[in-house]
Amino acid sequence: MTQQNRLTSGGRIDRSTPLTFTYNGKQYKGFKGDTLASAMLANGIDVVARSFKYSRPRGIVACGAEEPNAVLQLGATEATQVPNVRATQQELFDGLVSASTNGWPSVDTDVMGMIGKMGGNMMPPGFYYKTFMFPESLWDTYESMIRKAAGIGRAPKEKDPDTYDAINQHCDVMIVGAGPAGLAAALTAARGGARVIIADEQNEFGGSLLNSTEQLDGKPATEWVRAVVEELSTYDDVLLLPRSTVNGYHDHNFLTIHERRTDHLADIAPVNTVRQRMHRVRAKWVVLATGAHERPLVYANNDVPGCMITGAVSAYINRYGVVPGNELVVMTTNDYGYQAALDWADAGRKVVAIVDTREAAVGDRTEAARQRGLNIISGSAVIEVQGTKRVTGVSVAGLSASGAKVIGSVTKLKADTVATSGGWSPVIHLSCHTGSRPVWSDSVVGFLPGPTVQKQLTAGGINGQYETAVALQEGLDAGQKALAEVGLAVADVVLPEAKTLKVAAPMSLFHIPHLKPTSQAPKQFVDYQTDVTAAGIEIACREGFEAIEHVKRYTAMGFGTDQGKLGNINGMAVAAKALNKTIPETGTTVFRPNYTPIAFGAIIGRNAGALFEPERYTAMHKWHVEQGAMFEDVGQWKRPWYYPQKGESMQQSLNRECMAVRNAVGILDASTLGKIDVQGKDAREFLGRVYSNAWAKLAIGKCRYGLMCGEDGMVFDDGVTACLGENHFVMTTTTGGAAHVYEWLEIYHQTEWPELEVYFNTVTDHWSTATITGPNSRKLLEELTDFDVSNDNFRYMDWKQITVAGVPARVFRISFTGELSFEINVQANYGMAVWEKLIEAGAKYGLTPYGTETMHVLRAEKGFIIAGQDTDGSVHPYDLGMGWCVSNQKPFSYIGKRGMNRSDCTRANRKQLVGLKTKDPKQVIPEGSAAVLDPNGPKPLEIQGHISSSYWSETLGHSIAMGFIKGGLDKMGETVYYPLGDGTVIEAEICSPIFFDPKGERQNV
Amino acid sequence: MLHIYCPHCGEYREEEEFHCAGQAHIARPLEPEACSDQEWGEYLFFRKNPRGLHHELWVHAAGCRKFFNMTRDTQSYEIKEVYKIGEQPSVVAE
Repeated sequence: MTQQNRLTSGGRIDRSTPLTFTYNGKQYKGFKGDTLASAMLANGIDVVARSFKYSRPRGIVACGAEEPNAVLQLGATEATQVPNVRATQQELFDGLVSASTNGWPSVDTDVMGMIGKMGGNMMPPGFYYKTFMFPESLWDTYESMIRKAAGIGRAPKEKDPDTYDAINQHCDVMIVGAGPAGLAAALTAARGGARVIIADEQNEFGGSLLNSTEQLDGKPATEWVRAVVEELSTYDDVLLLPRSTVNGYHDHNFLTIHERRTDHLADIAPVNTVRQRMHRVRAKWVVLATGAHERPLVYANNDVPGCMITGAVSAYINRYGVVPGNELVVMTTNDYGYQAALDWADAGRKVVAIVDTREAAVGDRTEAARQRGLNIISGSAVIEVQGTKRVTGVSVAGLSASGAKVIGSVTKLKADTVATSGGWSPVIHLSCHTGSRPVWSDSVVGFLPGPTVQKQLTAGGINGQYETAVALQEGLDAGQKALAEVGLAVADVVLPEAKTLKVAAPMSLFHIPHLKPTSQAPKQFVDYQTDVTAAGIEIACREGFEAIEHVKRYTAMGFGTDQGKLGNINGMAVAAKALNKTIPETGTTVFRPNYTPIAFGAIIGRNAGALFEPERYTAMHKWHVEQGAMFEDVGQWKRPWYYPQKGESMQQSLNRECMAVRNAVGILDASTLGKIDVQGKDAREFLGRVYSNAWAKLAIGKCRYGLMCGEDGMVFDDGVTACLGENHFVMTTTTGGAAHVYEWLEIYHQTEWPELEVYFNTVTDHWSTATITGPNSRKLLEELTDFDVSNDNFRYMDWKQITVAGVPARVFRISFTGELSFEINVQANYGMAVWEKLIEAGAKYGLTPYGTETMHVLRAEKGFIIAGQDTDGSVHPYDLGMGWCVSNQKPFSYIGKRGMNRSDCTRANRKQLVGLKTKDPKQVIPEGSAAVLDPNGPKPLEIQGHISSSYWSETLGHSIAMGFIKGGLDKMGETVYYPLGDGTVIEAEICSPIFFDPKGERQNV
Repeated sequence: MLHIYCPHCGEYREEEEFHCAGQAHIARPLEPEACSDQEWGEYLFFRKNPRGLHHELWVHAAGCRKFFNMTRDTQSYEIKEVYKIGEQPSVVAE
């Protein structure tokens, strides 16, 4: 393949380094310095996509982030597939593999295109809503059809082999864009001693200067760029980020920068490098020097490959040495459009005509074209393009002075390229991200950044200033302003001399009229990527969608991955015309992050796989793993769930573990329970206010269970608190509720009762807890301590400071299983050693490790609740049958007291926690099952409550369940029914939730 | 992401270290039992949702663990002031 459109010299490409790339299975050549798009154009590739709705052939239109058509799929392997890559922004590397994303069977011969042609008029805006809505049952079919027909890229099916990361950055001045304005601002800020970050989405700095033959100080502008970049690199406090798109401008000057570090090198990042990096920048001041995007004009068949914007034509010629055609027609509403014709002529190819919509515009560029003898047709427009897969000619006609009507006769010209310029739209995306509404400027013919609360400055093209000399000056001014704002002195900067060209006034024109009315003319595209036409917008307006946001949603304008960078303003202009309003009256849509599509990998950074979420391990975790424990996630904790032995089912493991506790002794790692140290002379008073029960008389050395309620009276946590000293307590919370409880205590102390002298500290991780429980637990403890742990000396609900296995320990004699139990707390760094000593000594007593599931079964046999499982924010202590845990004698109105005395809380027939015993002892009611009184009654059946806990009890030889029943505490012995999803019904009898050892004798031995 | 000045630490920190605990200046009634159900309900559940200035309670959860008040513009997200518990805002809505 030859690069037929490549010039023999010129451009910023390295002709000595040829590169090979693949597009749709065919190999082509390009050069180092090319983008994928410039290389495709060099090779004469016209069709790069089939359009979304009509399946029309599409070619490359632009040369940067605004490109709507050349959105390709990259990747040599399945794992390295990347969708949504703009060929205009992808640097070429050797071996690059690319493919177009829609078009079946291929972009060149497309079957859907035939449908698009036939169905053109059958696919108006709102087409999907109107056509595919009914019947709803067929929506799945429609959807898969639509998706197949109109994909724009696909996600890889395999794991991404690359790594991504993120860096937090701080700076005085963040400069977005490294064109003339951005570079001048950076140079000024750097010389003034500021900490500077300057980022630009292109591979090298220079912005628009890279695309032109402009001179600064009488030398090519790129030499000035090189000198500035060289100087900037000498400052320690200046960070230069090429290939870095500032994708989001968030509140309080927080910016996210997406740096593509190796996307230009290979399909997979080289070893020990990250592919992309997210910089999270907090900047004192921000200078937006983001430039402007050129607007194409809207005319009939303006999507035929070969239709481009004029700035892109100049860029391909000057930067890449590629002339994207042979015979050029320019249509422009402004002076800048002439530059493409001048560059085209310089490249030695034929300029057929410059069609200027204005009458007699005189500026330096128009005069240069005139002097070159180029054919200028004034007061006219290209009203239609001929061709399908490439432009073959244009129709030119005169325009009325306002540009609203075609007048005069139509002339046909032969051409293969049409470059249009409807003016420039300042790139205000970032300024919109923080909520600033853009403001229309009649003189700029575009939206400018609106008022903002951010510490934000703007310079150059974003202000509608397109002359280099002005952009440089604005950049310098912004740099000086930023220096002053951060408290630094004025910097000494002399700007290079730029030739200031005289510019004639542009014409405010967006939509070129046709001989036929818009609705009957050939399609005039506004948004290429979503196939929105001028006629479509008119229809939307006619159908009553007047707000621009509604027009946008109805037509899908701006909904593509390009966010309508090229087309939005044109669309607003068309809508404004249809509604007989001005553009500012019509309003604008705003832009949201991200500026360009971004890989999920870059968003996630290192927080993937094992690092997706922090995991918390107890000091004994390794032992559990070695024993083959299955784990359960409780909050961020990994807790042993059960310890299967070879050949055991889960139920068999649970049965074995339960029976070991009931008959011998079990051991549970209870380290994850939240532990809060409470100290101060008012600690006791404070406990009385946050728990529903009484604390005034809890003696040193004693433990007490407490229920914690919200102000609404509803239980949200529970746990045992031990009195360590007169002014010192340690509170335990549920594993998952620890952080919430801690904050709960703090908020009440800090905001309501600051007069109480009390201090809290979270000590969850400081302690390891081994709970030994079962009839043999005392014998086991005796082996490891000299302390007298007999029932006489160490009573139930006591705690003792003793030595266990040679280590100081707080041992609590409390029980969550109903068996004789000791909770042994040691400093976490002794946890594993003490655990291993217990395991070793316990062997002869049948010591069996058990996990959370067995813990749940054992406590359910005793009717003990689990906060969060048997409570759901709608039950108070009385609902739980735990009125014994409420003290109404306390002088202070503790949290929850008023709440649980609301009329709704004291009414009859509240759902109350009861036990449920199935008629068939083998049946275990699924948790969550709803209770009814008569399963055969008229539907809908009235739900009486639900099952909150349900297990097989090996101890008892039948199933057990706890659940809520309306008025259940008064319905002991009555029958309820649980209809299941499979049509069967489980019959159960309401009973006490204490199934085992109702007198509580076993824990007291 | 907000940049928040913690009045206890005396430093600007990232929003990740904080969280909002709802509307500020909601005082617990001194005599809950004297409240009607309706009054208690209003204390419990009814909150403002203004467009513009709002006084919020925040906590420096991953920092000093202290609560403080913030006057924030709910439209522009500007933080007008932060002030300690027990203090009154100096910036208030018209």
